Amino acid sequence: MGATVRVYGLLLAAGFRRQATYRLAALSGLVANVTFGLLKVAVLFAAVRAAGGEVGGYDQGQMGTYIWLSQAMLGSVNFWGGSDIAERIKDGQVTVDFLRPLDVQAATITTEVGQALFAFVPRGIPQLLIGTVVVDMTWPGSVAVWVLAVVGLLLAVVISAATVYLVAAVGFWLVETRGVQLVYMVVSGFLAGLFVPIGLFPGWLELLAQATPFPSMLMYPVDMLAGQVDAAGAVGLVAVQVGWLVGVGGLGALLTRAGRRRLEIQGG
Amino acid sequence: MGSMGGSTRAGAGGSEPATDGTDDGTGGADPPAIIDMVGLTRQFGVRDGMRRRRLTAVDGLTVRIGAGEAVGYIGANGAGKSTTIKMLAGILVPTSGTVHTCGLRPVKDRRRLARQIGVVFGQRSQLWWDLPVRDSFRILAAIHALPAAAGRARTGELVEQLEMGEFLATPVRQLSLGQRMRAEIAAALLHRPRLIILDEPTIGLDVLSKQRLREFLIAERAAHGTTLLLTTHDMGDIERLCERVLVIDQGRLAYDGDLPGLAGSAGADRVLVVDLAAPTVDLTAIPAARHLGSEAHGLRQRLAFDAETTTAARVLAAVTGIADVVDFTVEEPDIEDVVRRLYAATRPSPGPPVASVEPVVSGPDAP
Amino acid sequence: MVEPATTATTVTTAMVTAAGVDAGAVDVRGAGGVDRGGRGGRGSVTVRERLRPYRAVLASRARSQTSYRTNFALDLLSSLLSAVVELAEVWVIFHATSGLGGLEFRQMLLVFGLADLAFSLADLVFGHCDRLPTYLRAGTFDVFYLRPQPLLAQLVTSELSLRRLARAAVGVAALSAGVVVCDVPWGPGSVLLLVTALLSGCAMFAAMFVWAGGLQFFLLDGREMTNAFVYGGRYAATQPASVWSRPLVVLFGFFFPMAFTGYLPTLALLGLPGPGWLPSWLGWCGPLAAGWTWAMALLCWRWGVRHYQGGGG
Repeated sequence: MGATVRVYGLLLAAGFRRQATYRLAALSGLVANVTFGLLKVAVLFAAVRAAGGEVGGYDQGQMGTYIWLSQAMLGSVNFWGGSDIAERIKDGQVTVDFLRPLDVQAATITTEVGQALFAFVPRGIPQLLIGTVVVDMTWPGSVAVWVLAVVGLLLAVVISAATVYLVAAVGFWLVETRGVQLVYMVVSGFLAGLFVPIGLFPGWLELLAQATPFPSMLMYPVDMLAGQVDAAGAVGLVAVQVGWLVGVGGLGALLTRAGRRRLEIQGG
Repeated sequence: MGSMGGSTRAGAGGSEPATDGTDDGTGGADPPAIIDMVGLTRQFGVRDGMRRRRLTAVDGLTVRIGAGEAVGYIGANGAGKSTTIKMLAGILVPTSGTVHTCGLRPVKDRRRLARQIGVVFGQRSQLWWDLPVRDSFRILAAIHALPAAAGRARTGELVEQLEMGEFLATPVRQLSLGQRMRAEIAAALLHRPRLIILDEPTIGLDVLSKQRLREFLIAERAAHGTTLLLTTHDMGDIERLCERVLVIDQGRLAYDGDLPGLAGSAGADRVLVVDLAAPTVDLTAIPAARHLGSEAHGLRQRLAFDAETTTAARVLAAVTGIADVVDFTVEEPDIEDVVRRLYAATRPSPGPPVASVEPVVSGPDAP
Repeated sequence: MVEPATTATTVTTAMVTAAGVDAGAVDVRGAGGVDRGGRGGRGSVTVRERLRPYRAVLASRARSQTSYRTNFALDLLSSLLSAVVELAEVWVIFHATSGLGGLEFRQMLLVFGLADLAFSLADLVFGHCDRLPTYLRAGTFDVFYLRPQPLLAQLVTSELSLRRLARAAVGVAALSAGVVVCDVPWGPGSVLLLVTALLSGCAMFAAMFVWAGGLQFFLLDGREMTNAFVYGGRYAATQPASVWSRPLVVLFGFFFPMAFTGYLPTLALLGLPGPGWLPSWLGWCGPLAAGWTWAMALLCWRWGVRHYQGGGG
């Protein structure tokens, strides 16, 4: 048991270190996120003004916080759907991974999470600092919400990695996962509330989004961090996130096992 | 041996004939050189941790290659061969010195030059990866503005000579290495360039493919008088294709002459390996030969000798005088060894050693 | 000898023609176009001869893309979907409020239609230019030096993203819907304005891709930085510029003149007033903006190439 924990700890650290080499890429990401952030601020603040000071439950301060927090999370949440493991599953190299005494799904997700968590340092935190200058950031009112918000943030990162793993796992059966990945890229950000808070969606669209794991990757932790919800609401959101994590993770485990059996039968 | 500066056929598109009647290749009204490098230097700034160093990839190359020559260009990896080729083709700008290819300045007149040279990079393909080979030729014919009929004729000619008919319809990415190299060379020769530069064309090829490729190049040169500059690690290529050898080491020209002169001027030893009839004591007393080692209690012995001072025949004769020789071989000096010795010999002064001659004529006169 | 490739070529030619690319102009079977200009010296080379190599490469790229039918269909679908989602984002905001920046949603259809259509068309032809680092790493860019054509022309014609046509379809739909739903005063003036705006918009977005490409010589791994302004520019172009702060007006109003691709022409077309520094008559100045953007792009390209070669050129 201790050895397993240690192994996963090492994987996490390795994912961490990988990101450290890409400094220019991190700076570029920051520039991109800030630019998009400013553009979103322009549009959404105007929307708030046009709606008379509050739209979809967001006033100007909350809107600014939502924009900047979601931009800050972009480096750590995967909305384009691609991953290294997808390539390995497609060309069959994953059989080598199956031979190792590690659970492929857990190992992949752990490495991804490590990378994502590290990305907060060069991307997320500078983004937030810039945010405090550009907009008035609102924060959670109570310690309880703060704690739940951080938990929610971590859960979001893990859910994102787990869902992308699902996209990759489909590659055990489909020869070309490109279509799935492209649809994921188009739909995930939108339904996660990346461009517009889900609260602004018309009712039916909001329901549709809530029926997917995407809001758990972005909208819910952002809402908690922006002080949009009180403690009770935060507990509810975290519960939903946990539910999705279990669901997505469980499905991923099933697919991995079935996929492995398929490879063995095929003699891959 | 190897006439330089002699006649060129105007086989390539629109080139001016370079004949001026002189056949000795030296002096007189110099025919325009195909490649003319004077003090060519290229430096790179390299980031080394926190500091920046200046790396000199090519240092003061002065070489003149006349039309119709076949020149081998050898040197260790990283010695500066690729950088030289890039400067010849106009991909890199020299840091100092001048270079003229086919009488044109490569960077400034790149587009005109592209019509007169063909380059085959070993690692980079100029074919379209996912298209059939035939499509690549068709596109290249259009790129080089070959009239349709002439393009088809030339393609057919190359296909036949390089035996590519069997894989014309195959996408390039599915070709074997040998097939791909043939296609690349055909692609480079499609527009009948005056100069063709080949960067490691036979690397990774099997013996038969190498031989066929070499024969094709020899025939092509004979038919069209194309100038050939060949980068290679394979001495067989040099021996069969080239009359002249350039050796580059750490950016500097270490040798410019013919192949026999190369081993000679480097002072590298050839090695005679004798298999004896019975185990013999070490043959340390052979005149002008150095005993390197023995195997199997003296059944096989290795003797090194300097090709300048004695011959393999003499050493063998000396050995047969002492023991019964069943079989023997002669090993040539390893090219890397030769180059290293060459550079060590020339270390104090830049430029080619005294043993080789001025750039235009081939090799020293000594046998 | 049976040539299986011919059958495949015939099939894909049909698809290519259906996709709108004129494959007939290209020598598909090697019979060769009639050589009018001949090779009698550089001065007498006709335009058709000049374009022949580019047509040849583009046609082959088109063939190659359409030959993987499932992938192509998926690409078309995803392009379509992403354009629809982008329109939906705009719609959601306007659904939650009554109007934004002085415009209603039906008027935004015009803005979105013009800008997104211009972007899709530019992306079709120039979209791969910022993928230069891939070419550099593979050494494919060096091969461009060996051919008697300008480097930029070769880069641009090296690829053709046919799937962008699906995206363009959304732009066309939005533009048409907007033209119908708004009370556009019809006449030669408005037609001229629309055409000018569209062409200038295409030129501007094309220049953005070239600009990004030129910078890749310096950035190499920093593609996201240029993405900020190329794709950020697209995002900005589909917004009503009246909501922008001063810095944004300078950045996406003048420096990268995105506002000229859709918003300003819409104002001019509908006779609406413009915000602070962007009066509506600027809607007619698309060509000027395009000229400026191209000048900047070509300069960056030249700088980049010189950097790659180490000076000169």
